[in-house]
Amino acid sequence: MRLLNASGCLDALVAPDVARRLDGFVTKTITPLPREGNAPVRIAETAHGMLNAIGLANPGRARFLDDHLPRLRELDLPLWISVGGFCAADYADTCEALDDVAAIELNLSCPNVDEAADGAAEIVAACRAATALPLYAKLSAAHPDVAAVARAVADAGADGLSLVNTLRGAALDPRTLRPVLARTTGGLSGPSLKPVALAAVHACYAATGLPIVGMGGVTTGQDVLELIACGARDVALGTVLFSDPDAPDRIRAELAAAARRAGVAGPDDVYARAHEPGKSPHTRRKVTA
Amino acid sequence: MPRRERRSVAAVEAVGPYTLLRLARGGLDPGVPGQFFMLEAPGRLLPRALSLCLAPPGELAFLIDAVGPGTQALCELTAGEEIHVFGPLGNGYRLDVDRPLLVGGGIGIAPLPYLAEALPGAPAVLGFRTAAHAEAAALLPGAEVCIDPTFVTELIDTGCDVLACGPEPMLRAVAALCPDAQLAWEAPMACGYGACYGCVVEIGGELKRLCVEGPVLVPLRQVHAGLSPAITRRAAASSVAPVALATSAPCVLASLGARDRETRQHSPKGHGAAA
Repeated sequence: MRLLNASGCLDALVAPDVARRLDGFVTKTITPLPREGNAPVRIAETAHGMLNAIGLANPGRARFLDDHLPRLRELDLPLWISVGGFCAADYADTCEALDDVAAIELNLSCPNVDEAADGAAEIVAACRAATALPLYAKLSAAHPDVAAVARAVADAGADGLSLVNTLRGAALDPRTLRPVLARTTGGLSGPSLKPVALAAVHACYAATGLPIVGMGGVTTGQDVLELIACGARDVALGTVLFSDPDAPDRIRAELAAAARRAGVAGPDDVYARAHEPGKSPHTRRKVTA
Repeated sequence: MPRRERRSVAAVEAVGPYTLLRLARGGLDPGVPGQFFMLEAPGRLLPRALSLCLAPPGELAFLIDAVGPGTQALCELTAGEEIHVFGPLGNGYRLDVDRPLLVGGGIGIAPLPYLAEALPGAPAVLGFRTAAHAEAAALLPGAEVCIDPTFVTELIDTGCDVLACGPEPMLRAVAALCPDAQLAWEAPMACGYGACYGCVVEIGGELKRLCVEGPVLVPLRQVHAGLSPAITRRAAASSVAPVALATSAPCVLASLGARDRETRQHSPKGHGAAA
């Protein structure tokens, strides 16, 4: 199990000490052209979560490759490059321009842009033709059948899946009853997303067996263990990094303790355990009743 | 260097309608005046950004206006309770000035007491929306104080090197008078260390993170007039001309919704932050 950051939840150039506590750094999503992102207000706290409407702010492919990537390489960390775009060629061109990185994560699911990418499988197929690097498809649990999307991207050549992106939500100012976010809606993250992530990882593991980077509301080592049990090979931290830059070390320590409580030597020993039949306490209770 | 430590509450004191939260300093560096800390708000997901108000021996003190659930939770802490504190963060005021004048509005006076210690003898002018709020001026002995409808901008000697913190319309009015003023801005903020991209403002034609580039920014001409679309919209919707609005800082602050104020409060400018 590798511990990563979720794309867009850490700037390794500004906070290298936090990045070095991870097993790899995932960049903010890179698009062909620079994007300023959405106007402020961009974030709002909600009950057990937060909304963000950053809008894929990034320096664009050329400046990323010429300026940011060389500086990121100096960190000597495995780099995962999050790639975005608005058509298959956008993604494929960036993939083609990348080499010597740990993996490429295709952001097929940003809730904060109007020109949403369509046709996940088509994009993955175009990128597969453009690169031999490991390709992870980042999907949204907002799709009514995320397992079907997972099968489609697997057939198109994805090496792995990243699950889940945020879900679209809104928050109102309690007095004015108008949206807090300038864009009205943003992506919901934080603890309220965890059950959604568990379900999506469980479904997509069952559908594809592909390696999965699980993420969504991870706050504790126990959360990591549960994602692994659902079928995540690796786990990424998102919102928890905002409130606790020391979260990587804390969560690793908690994870070791959680594994011991689960009666295993290490977290990898519970990989996909949630798929084993007849293990739920409810099942046992029924049998003995 | 910023550190994150669990610190205990030494005391909680009322300062007019505001609250002064005094924490045991531990190994935390108080930093430069104008820098800020992220304080865990009990029961809330995100910490709140608050600029350091005072650094008495062995303590760090923060001035808080309870405008939403996070700041309310901080104000309800009692001596002995513990919260995580992360900082100091961001860029503070430049202290190499010849004729310093401290200018504060409302809860925006938060970073000025610590700044005054670094600039001994510097005069200060403070504006508040009510006499009750003006009780907080006790934190800056000798300061000249005005209360709405008199605006703090009427007390500024434009020949001075202004170091200001206050509501955005006040900062704009200050900058109009003193283009080289050092201004501490605020924006909603989740992380305080460049990770979330939530606190962007437009600087030199680009959106930049206030927690990394600020919260103290130097000439306003670097900051786009559209810093806060919400306030611009309000100005456009009201019959009051924006320029008049820009001189009525305390009133405008009072008219903002609770959530709005909470998300903006102490942020990089001086106080709280993330909602």
